Amino acid sequence: MTMHLVDGGRPRFGPELRRFGTFLLGELKPRGRLLTPFNVITSAIVLLGGVLLVIRFAKGLGSITNLSQDVPWGLWIGFDVITGVAFAGGAYVVTFMVYILGQEKYHPIVRVTVLNGFLAYVFYAGALLLDLGRPWNVINPIIGNSFGVSSVLFLVAWHFMLYMMAEFIEFSPAVAEWLGWRRVRRVLKALTLGAVIFGITLSLLHQSGLGALYLMAKGKVHPLWYSEFIPILFVVSSVFAGLSMVIFEGSITHKVFHHRVGQRLRATHDDILRGLARICAGAMFVYLFLQLIVFVHGQRWTYLGTGWGAWYLLEIVGFVGVPAALFLSGFRKGRLPVIRAAAVLTLLGIVLNRLNVSVIGFKWYMAERYVPTWMEIVVTLAVISAEIWVFRWVVNRMPVLSFAEVDRTGEGERRVDIVAA
Amino acid sequence: MKRRDLLKTMCAAGGVSLVGGRLGAEERPPTAPLADRVGVLVDTTKCLGCRMCEFACATANDLPQPEASIDRSVERQTSPTQWTVVNRYETAKGPVTAKRQCMHCLQPACASACLTKAMYKEPEGPVRWRESKCMGCRFCMVSCPFDAPKFQYDSPVPKIQKCVMCWERLEQGERPACVANCPAGALQFGRRSELLDEGRRRIALEPEKYVHHIYGEREVGGTSWLYLASVPFEQLGFPADVGETPFPVYTREFLYGVPLVLTLAPPLLLALSRASRARQIAEGEEEEER
Repeated sequence: MTMHLVDGGRPRFGPELRRFGTFLLGELKPRGRLLTPFNVITSAIVLLGGVLLVIRFAKGLGSITNLSQDVPWGLWIGFDVITGVAFAGGAYVVTFMVYILGQEKYHPIVRVTVLNGFLAYVFYAGALLLDLGRPWNVINPIIGNSFGVSSVLFLVAWHFMLYMMAEFIEFSPAVAEWLGWRRVRRVLKALTLGAVIFGITLSLLHQSGLGALYLMAKGKVHPLWYSEFIPILFVVSSVFAGLSMVIFEGSITHKVFHHRVGQRLRATHDDILRGLARICAGAMFVYLFLQLIVFVHGQRWTYLGTGWGAWYLLEIVGFVGVPAALFLSGFRKGRLPVIRAAAVLTLLGIVLNRLNVSVIGFKWYMAERYVPTWMEIVVTLAVISAEIWVFRWVVNRMPVLSFAEVDRTGEGERRVDIVAA
Repeated sequence: MKRRDLLKTMCAAGGVSLVGGRLGAEERPPTAPLADRVGVLVDTTKCLGCRMCEFACATANDLPQPEASIDRSVERQTSPTQWTVVNRYETAKGPVTAKRQCMHCLQPACASACLTKAMYKEPEGPVRWRESKCMGCRFCMVSCPFDAPKFQYDSPVPKIQKCVMCWERLEQGERPACVANCPAGALQFGRRSELLDEGRRRIALEPEKYVHHIYGEREVGGTSWLYLASVPFEQLGFPADVGETPFPVYTREFLYGVPLVLTLAPPLLLALSRASRARQIAEGEEEEER
């Protein structure tokens, strides 16, 4: 379907617009069976989540959350935003490998990774709005009537917004292909490298920024997790958090959307996973080394004998050290199940780490602990469900998992351009 | 000495302090010298624990009146509806009562945490919250070393609530309500530098009575509220581990790094991508030649 808005000087807008409308309406319809267990369960969760959110906005945050004066940030910030954004780190790492380092091997997973990253930001960073007490003022730091430039959160807010735009631009050629807008696609494609470079820069800053949020919570975060290096630790761990998510999500997507997977991805998928496993292992060893230095410099051994010390060791050894070793052995022996298990362990380790900083180890000295209500958990699950719905809708319609042919011509054009220049 | 005398006279005269004229928007210097900000000196050795300050605070700020009878054995915290509390502590020197509220730090963590500048340090000293700007993210609460800001969790239009040093009263030349209503003279309002002098004077006059430490002089880089006590401040529920570094300093290095990354990373990435693409093209041509 191509749009010819002007044909021989005479605008033929009407019929084209009508055809475009029918196309869009057709695409909006759900495909496949509606009454699947997944659909039924997620619909119930989303509905319940919606009801809970109505209560939350009518009666205040205290009506459905266990947040308190002592624990102002709970599951929605600690898991949805801080952990969710770490999981979304795969997009900046994969675009770096493909567009900056020119590792064409990973090209087939670029689109699905960027789509995942984009949706993660829209939904998980968007979940921030649910947590804001006064969300109608959310534009204040954007429109410039009150720039709190000394705030780390100011940086994070701006970077979230800009990065969402950058990721949308990175993904937009797929949208243009879906709509059949070739000329638009060419323009958008030309923006990709710029968006990628900008996106990586923003990611480095706000991945670390999420950690820097806790720098002023000195004395509140348990010393085993507090250090001046939280920002660096957050960036480094976002590399293998993101890639583990790519491995985990890719393995599921590969099965569920098998009919949508293109030849090139089908042929190289296993090889890609092995490559990612190796990079994960490398990043995790760097991270472990950094943690070791922080541990020694922070003179943290006094805490090791306590229950918190055991909890810390479980996180570092059980959910970073062990999966790092599994990634390495999975890569060496080429065993995908080992790699997948390592990815799951790594993701659990990231959940542990982010929650230990933001929730579990926050005000660790208090007798009364914050535990999320079932309602907070339902809303979180609703956000995840809604994200999966949108992801499924897009993957079933746009060229996300199969775009080899189109892209090769695109590359051809690019190469010719460069040679000519 | 003259100014201090003047201040004393003014305060004694019942609230018509010299602050009145200085707090006017027109005359306010863009940045008052740190030492010259207003504050309150709390002498816990004089405090009777009568809680008059709690009631005066509630009246002045349109808050519900605090409960008349309380369980003294429980350490109460300030809340959205009660911006100051008086607690009693059993110490080595017998029971000591102490009033708590926002410390009005000289370099407040809450204000530097606020991305909308809703939390705002007036050049004169009080740390205020501005309703029209706040988005309710509660980062101020996460950052405050004294847990002063409180959030209305039970409201769909929640506010951040805490002591604002009776900002409106100060503008009209009056002292904070708690100071004006303290029957024991345990609270003294004035310029911070002079309050420090006064605190040191009292310690020097009765070195046996006081611990030789003015809490708030150096803590977190200095606070506008200053405390004298007969026992170490840990025994009065004050956090002893806050250090002397102003809290905004903890994120300063990170924020300094931001412009560096933002400007240096893109050209490096661009160079890297050019280099790798040139290599790819060269490899491609080699293959073609073969």
